[in-house]
Amino acid sequence: MEILLAIMTGILYAAGIYLILRRSLVKLIIGIVILGNGVNLLIFLMGGLVKGRPPLIPEDGKALEGLFADPVPQALILTAIVISFGLQSFAIVLINRAYKVLKTDDIDTMNKTDDIT
Amino acid sequence: MSEHLTIYPIIVHLLTAILLLFFWMKPNIQRYISIFGSAVGIVIGALLFQRVWAEGIQSIQLGNWQAPFGITMVADTLAVSLIVLTNIISFALSIFSTKNMVSSRVKFGYHAIFHFLIMGLSGAFITGDLFSLYVWFEVIIISSFVLLTIGGRKIQIEGAVKYFTLNMISSIIFLTGIAMVYGATGSLNMAELSRIIPEIENKGLIQTISLVFFIGFGVKSGVFPLYFWLPASYHTPPAVVSALFAGLLTKVGIYAMIRVFTLIFPLGEVNQVILMVIAGLTMFFGGIGALVQKDILRVFSYLIICHIGFMVGGLSLFTEVAIVGAVMYMFHDIIVKATLFMLGGVMFRIFGTTRLKDMGGLMDNYPRLSLLFAIPLFALVGVPPLSGFWPKVSLFSASYSEGEIAMLVMFIFASLITLVIIAKVWNSTFSKKENKLEKRASFKYFTDFSFAEKAAYIVPIILLVGVTLYYSLFAEHFQVVAERIGNELMNTEQYYNAVFGIKEETKL
Repeated sequence: MEILLAIMTGILYAAGIYLILRRSLVKLIIGIVILGNGVNLLIFLMGGLVKGRPPLIPEDGKALEGLFADPVPQALILTAIVISFGLQSFAIVLINRAYKVLKTDDIDTMNKTDDIT
Repeated sequence: MSEHLTIYPIIVHLLTAILLLFFWMKPNIQRYISIFGSAVGIVIGALLFQRVWAEGIQSIQLGNWQAPFGITMVADTLAVSLIVLTNIISFALSIFSTKNMVSSRVKFGYHAIFHFLIMGLSGAFITGDLFSLYVWFEVIIISSFVLLTIGGRKIQIEGAVKYFTLNMISSIIFLTGIAMVYGATGSLNMAELSRIIPEIENKGLIQTISLVFFIGFGVKSGVFPLYFWLPASYHTPPAVVSALFAGLLTKVGIYAMIRVFTLIFPLGEVNQVILMVIAGLTMFFGGIGALVQKDILRVFSYLIICHIGFMVGGLSLFTEVAIVGAVMYMFHDIIVKATLFMLGGVMFRIFGTTRLKDMGGLMDNYPRLSLLFAIPLFALVGVPPLSGFWPKVSLFSASYSEGEIAMLVMFIFASLITLVIIAKVWNSTFSKKENKLEKRASFKYFTDFSFAEKAAYIVPIILLVGVTLYYSLFAEHFQVVAERIGNELMNTEQYYNAVFGIKEETKL
């Protein structure tokens, strides 16, 4: 399972970086979204995978016993997902606005701010 | 009540921002609340500074979860000094924005977002947890996106696309680093990490992780190969936003770099060389970039990059004297860079343009203003006894005594090229003959301003120039603070003890 997730994380990173390097604005945003998912998966994987042992104290117990899933990465991912959701929705509004104002989707033509005039 | 003083700098700006949301359509009330909120921020910052100075590093466990499990807030001398400076800048910029920000933009929530940004900065300075640092960084960047695009001019949107992309990527790299640290150690508490990391056998892994962090923070602070978003976006928004970004946003990247590379991953031989090379290249390319630019705001943007090199260089030498120099330089740079972009805003109002070619005659027409403007410009170069001179004493002597002559040469090169650039700016704006440009009809020039408008533009500059002069003439006060910071950063057990150790001292 770990091997599968590790390969999956690698694929997501590669796909995200590939899309960011394309010239289209839309592909740029999709690339960032995919990279974000890759990171979330990486955090999940780094916590270690434990199958079927949620970190819940049984009703008659006082403390967790034996092997249990690490709850911290899940909390971290939840936070990261919420944050990236907010940022991505801002990004979509921004590229929509950029397309309307600049009349182009091509990143290579966006060089007005770098001109030496 | 008073044991929670550590988190008050965050709460002040949070409450101010929430209060501002209730006056969404009333720009004038918003302006007063914003100035008041920043003034309270200065008072809180000063109180916290005084407490940290008297009683040592303060820490607070949020929700009373004990140290490695919950989120810890730690106020050490570096963090509180930066909070005080942040609030001073925020106060000056609140006054500056009363006239620099038109009401239509204020109605998009400018002031509320401004205070959310300051809140994010304060949080990033005092957090003691790596993941929480990431969250505060996100608070900062989402606020800065809104500030950058507010108003929605064509050039702003284009700058924002570049700024947005690079900052998102840097956050993703930072988060990757956090995931790797958690995988390697099982903890994200900075104080605990400072004990766990040296015991890990696999040095190559730690090396790799530390460089992942360096790339993440490097994008934010604008070091050599990663800085291209900065000059592409910093000249696009209104002057007050540029001043805020120039003064504080790149410095929070440097702060994170200093914190992580002293506390968590103390610099080794390899990292030191990498940081030195990058610092040298940053100073070189920032300086050369500024030299060829023909727009005053873009010249200043490249100067930010050039001077980031001083701080990274100071960190890379990794002796107490060098860290003192880097911290002193950071204090000086925060104040002067914010002043510079406000100057740019005033010059734009005087000339109606930011192109150096079309400016001129400032000295003939505004002799008193010229004198005021000269102070931050000369302080930037480091003309003794102005503020840029003092940090360089520590930086030069540290690089000489460490035998890093190449670093010393780069410091001198960067100082000289700054002098050339400022001389160029001085020639084309102050001493050159006035250009008789045709006046733009729909543009409000500085000469048409009422007294209140002029005051709103000039008073914050006088305020920050006053701070610069205080720094220049009483540099020993800053030196004492910086030496204590250097001591705290190089001897990490103080930080560790404040988080874990003797509780009765920190929790009265």
